[in-house]
Amino acid sequence: MNRAEGYAPGRTLPLRVEIVRQFKRRRTMVMFGLLLALPWILVIAFQFGPQQPSGQQPGLRISDLATASGLNFAAFALSVSASFLLVVAVALFCGDTVASEANWSSLRYLLAAPVPRDRLLRQKLIVALGFSAAAVIALPLMALLAGTVAFGWDDIQVPGTGEVIPALDVLPRFGIVIGYALVSQLVVAALAFLISTVTDSPLGAVGGAVGLWIVCTILQAVEALGTLREFLPTFWNTAWLDALAPTIDWGGMAKGASISVTYAALLLAFTFRRFRRKDVVS
Amino acid sequence: MRRVSALVAVLALIGAVAWLVWPSGPEVRGQESRVAVIDGPADDQRVELDTTFFPPAGGGKAPAVLLAHGFGGSKQSVRADALRLAQDGYAVLTWSARGFGRSTGQIALNSPDYEVKDVKQLIDWLAKRPEVVLDKAGDPRVGIAGGSYGGAIALMTAAHDARVDAIVPQITWYDLADALFPDATGQGPQSGVFKSLWAGFFFGRGAPSAQGLQALTRQPAPMTAEEARCGRFLPEICAIYQQVATTGRATPEAIELLRKASPSSVQGRVKAPTLLIQGQRDSLFPLGHADANAKAIAPGTPVSVMWFDGGHDGGNGEADWLYAQTSAWLARHLKGDTAATPVQAFTVTRDGGRDPGTRQRIRLHPETGAYPGLSGTTTTDVTLSGPEQNIVNPPGGNPASISTVPGVSGLLGGGGGGGGQNNLSVSLDMPGQAASFESAPLTAPLQLTGSPSVKLRVYGKGEVTLFAKLYDVPDAIQPPTLPAGLVAPLRVKIPDGAQSADVTVALPALDHRFTVGHRLRLTVTTTDMGFATPAEPASYRVALAAPALSVPTVATLSAPPSGVAWWVWAMPLAAIVLAAVLLAMGRARRGTAGRTVEEDSAPLEISGLTKAYRNGEKAVDELSFRVEQGQVLGLLGPNGAGKTTTMRMMMGLIHPDAGEIRIFGERVTPGAPVLSRLGSFVEGPGFLPHLSGRENIELYWAATGRPAAEAHMEEALEIAGLGAALERAVRTYSQGMRQRLAIAQAMLGLPDLLVLDEPTNGLDPPQIREMREVLKRYARDGRTVIVSSHLLAEVEQTCTHVVVMHRGRLITTGPVAALLASSNGHGPRLEDVFLDLIGENS
Repeated sequence: MNRAEGYAPGRTLPLRVEIVRQFKRRRTMVMFGLLLALPWILVIAFQFGPQQPSGQQPGLRISDLATASGLNFAAFALSVSASFLLVVAVALFCGDTVASEANWSSLRYLLAAPVPRDRLLRQKLIVALGFSAAAVIALPLMALLAGTVAFGWDDIQVPGTGEVIPALDVLPRFGIVIGYALVSQLVVAALAFLISTVTDSPLGAVGGAVGLWIVCTILQAVEALGTLREFLPTFWNTAWLDALAPTIDWGGMAKGASISVTYAALLLAFTFRRFRRKDVVS
Repeated sequence: MRRVSALVAVLALIGAVAWLVWPSGPEVRGQESRVAVIDGPADDQRVELDTTFFPPAGGGKAPAVLLAHGFGGSKQSVRADALRLAQDGYAVLTWSARGFGRSTGQIALNSPDYEVKDVKQLIDWLAKRPEVVLDKAGDPRVGIAGGSYGGAIALMTAAHDARVDAIVPQITWYDLADALFPDATGQGPQSGVFKSLWAGFFFGRGAPSAQGLQALTRQPAPMTAEEARCGRFLPEICAIYQQVATTGRATPEAIELLRKASPSSVQGRVKAPTLLIQGQRDSLFPLGHADANAKAIAPGTPVSVMWFDGGHDGGNGEADWLYAQTSAWLARHLKGDTAATPVQAFTVTRDGGRDPGTRQRIRLHPETGAYPGLSGTTTTDVTLSGPEQNIVNPPGGNPASISTVPGVSGLLGGGGGGGGQNNLSVSLDMPGQAASFESAPLTAPLQLTGSPSVKLRVYGKGEVTLFAKLYDVPDAIQPPTLPAGLVAPLRVKIPDGAQSADVTVALPALDHRFTVGHRLRLTVTTTDMGFATPAEPASYRVALAAPALSVPTVATLSAPPSGVAWWVWAMPLAAIVLAAVLLAMGRARRGTAGRTVEEDSAPLEISGLTKAYRNGEKAVDELSFRVEQGQVLGLLGPNGAGKTTTMRMMMGLIHPDAGEIRIFGERVTPGAPVLSRLGSFVEGPGFLPHLSGRENIELYWAATGRPAAEAHMEEALEIAGLGAALERAVRTYSQGMRQRLAIAQAMLGLPDLLVLDEPTNGLDPPQIREMREVLKRYARDGRTVIVSSHLLAEVEQTCTHVVVMHRGRLITTGPVAALLASSNGHGPRLEDVFLDLIGENS
């Protein structure tokens, strides 16, 4: 046995350890605090804003309907945060994870422990995705709670058409919405993770991922690109709105999930391959 | 170099994509000319037509397309389409019809004596162009396309000139008299209700006027009395219009004149393949006109009908879709291109919800191979109910109900809607003027495609003018919508002596989906803003003669298979396979995996180790040495000698370019299990600053996955000697504290080989002495220690053996004592020996 007693590669860096290492960071706490506070801030904003004159028919935009019920409010909170706030949160958890270890120089001691490189990435990826998922799930759930406390539990009124879907029917739909939001953030996660293994600067990794995201969003606005835009990772970001339509349309979400999984698989494969061969000099 | 080449590669990729996507095509130039034609009933009127000819892009001979403009327009209004067609390889001729633009002559409403003769002579003109393919001498291969006024000339010319090979008339009329005096009971224009607002717009646009921005900014030129009265209309048309507009009734002369200018006068004579494109939002020429036109084409001639989202009332317009269909039709029937996309006999634009990516409305185009007409393939009877209701015609016909306001609905309802659903509706019924009959909420969705009909009973006296419309009533929250804003006007004659009359009303033809839970509401009003209604006050009673509303549906209409695109499932699968291949190929080779290792292998054996920097300079060059058990080895060398690089390679952090390192006989690769017997401290400590010293150490040990009992935690922490500071966050530590903690971390689990890089940096003298003792004691227990240092005195006192490196190369190796003995007479201090060896002590 040419290894230290009790050492097994498959037991290195247990998830529990990595979770503790990451969770105690101020950055993690602040991000979760922000995500959990945002719904309440929104509730306060809606309470203080000018009230709708009574008798006037409210509009049917998602923001007009936000105060209709807790479910409506949660949908609104998700719609305003999915495009940027959640992207930043996911980029933070996935982009920071390896780069910050490199920055603290603790990466080399982990690798020499030794935690096999593939395993290090795998464990870190699982934990980072777990934190990202927790962030994506925490926001709408807290929004649901805040919305229900503030605006009551009622059936959801569909934006655009104003149709009403019973609350109990829509709860599983909410699961779909959150699930799709998770899948569509996979690209951001994979991209941030890739940059994280390339750079020693944690903020560089987060900023890089968010920056590329912004470039995609800008390109998406160029209608001249036609169907090419469908293959931008950001294009199907809002497809989850289809799950709140009277009849669920799976088309967009299927495409979005397909694009997301494709990019994520390639980016992650590239990340692992690159990291295996990398000379760790930090 | 690598960065530059990566940048070049990325730029090349962007360039290639841009080049592929870049819209390109040969340039097309229009040739302006004035073509003189002779027309009139006696062929004695000379008219000059202002034309532009666009030769086909790419040169050579090509089929010709005559592109006609709508009422009030000129050849400039179709310029964009003409350029596009020319790009697609047609010779295109646009012209301003007589009475429009810069052409001379007066408007004769597409009369066979005037406009049709003009276009026939344009075809003669085309036959002489060298760019145009001829079927035979004097007979060019030619198609005609155009909208509204231009669509009618396409039909009229095709009927009068057999040389026309294909036509694509859009949003045009079948019977102008019917269009302006519609009657939903089928009695014809004699008793029709005058569509006054549209007629006014239509004839008003015949006046000489500037187009576009000029119309708003230019001071209008003064007109003569005749110009002001009749504009550019032929005087006889002008006179008849003035008469009917005043009385609101169609005279036989008016009907005859309007019919003469209508395709209804040439029934069965159009033998050119015809694609009829009619708008679903068109209260001027509703879908019924396309239906009648389709039936009037000569039997055996290919005819297709399309109902698109647009028309004279606005809507999306679907310009690209229409162009694609027009172009497919022309390709098939002019170019004889059998590979062109087939245009099915009947296509309808429907709302397809929102695009998930852009949140824009998308349109579906279900189609069927047989045109079903307005009565559908099947009919569904919906039971309406409602009592007999009293309604009045207000004196003067004011205020009037609103269904569609020409020119305004387009602005309000346009753009947002598709297929007649979910659009803003401006419909408004005045109280007391409307009777309503409603169905129960639908239990299944109902797709109406065609013209529904219902039987009404009207009580009153003499002639009763009514308007019937079919609302879609969602629920209590949302207002009902009037699909496409269409109404069916009807004139009921109650025979003398009778109390009432029963009439069957054909409601406006449309394509609309009534969803589950919605109701159908038939509303009958006495007024409508778009029509001329009687001024005398009157009151009527309206009831349903039969409760059934007959709703036509076309079951065969199905969207072209648009299921999940193949890439939706193929792409992620391919990506995952590719990812797996990438990972499998990149797996490090385990050359030594199966090798047996001798039990008594040296703790460290380095042979031929070489590592070059990116710029090619060698950090470590052919380094070989061996460390035996129980030694405390000093790795000596000035800055840049390659000590740290060597240590990093020992830890498996850096891949050597050549040579190998063996620890206890096992070759070092990244993450090799043998590294678990190695404790290391290289190039400074690495801790998580937000955790306390104890947490750091404990989590590090937990990360190795080894049992806590193996850690010898207390011994290690004693070496660190941090005391109470152990519970503080590491970010508050001094350099020395971190250093000691890091050495303690390296000693966790008492590794058989301990590698320390400059361990005494930042320690004070008592700590240095203590550290010296710790290391000696550590090696005494049969373990091995490697210490790099540039403090020579330190090495001298701590180490048993020494390896001297300089510029990546091994200078010497051996016991410290032996090295001191070999001092070249410079003194017994290691420093002298060292400087001597690296050649800096001359």
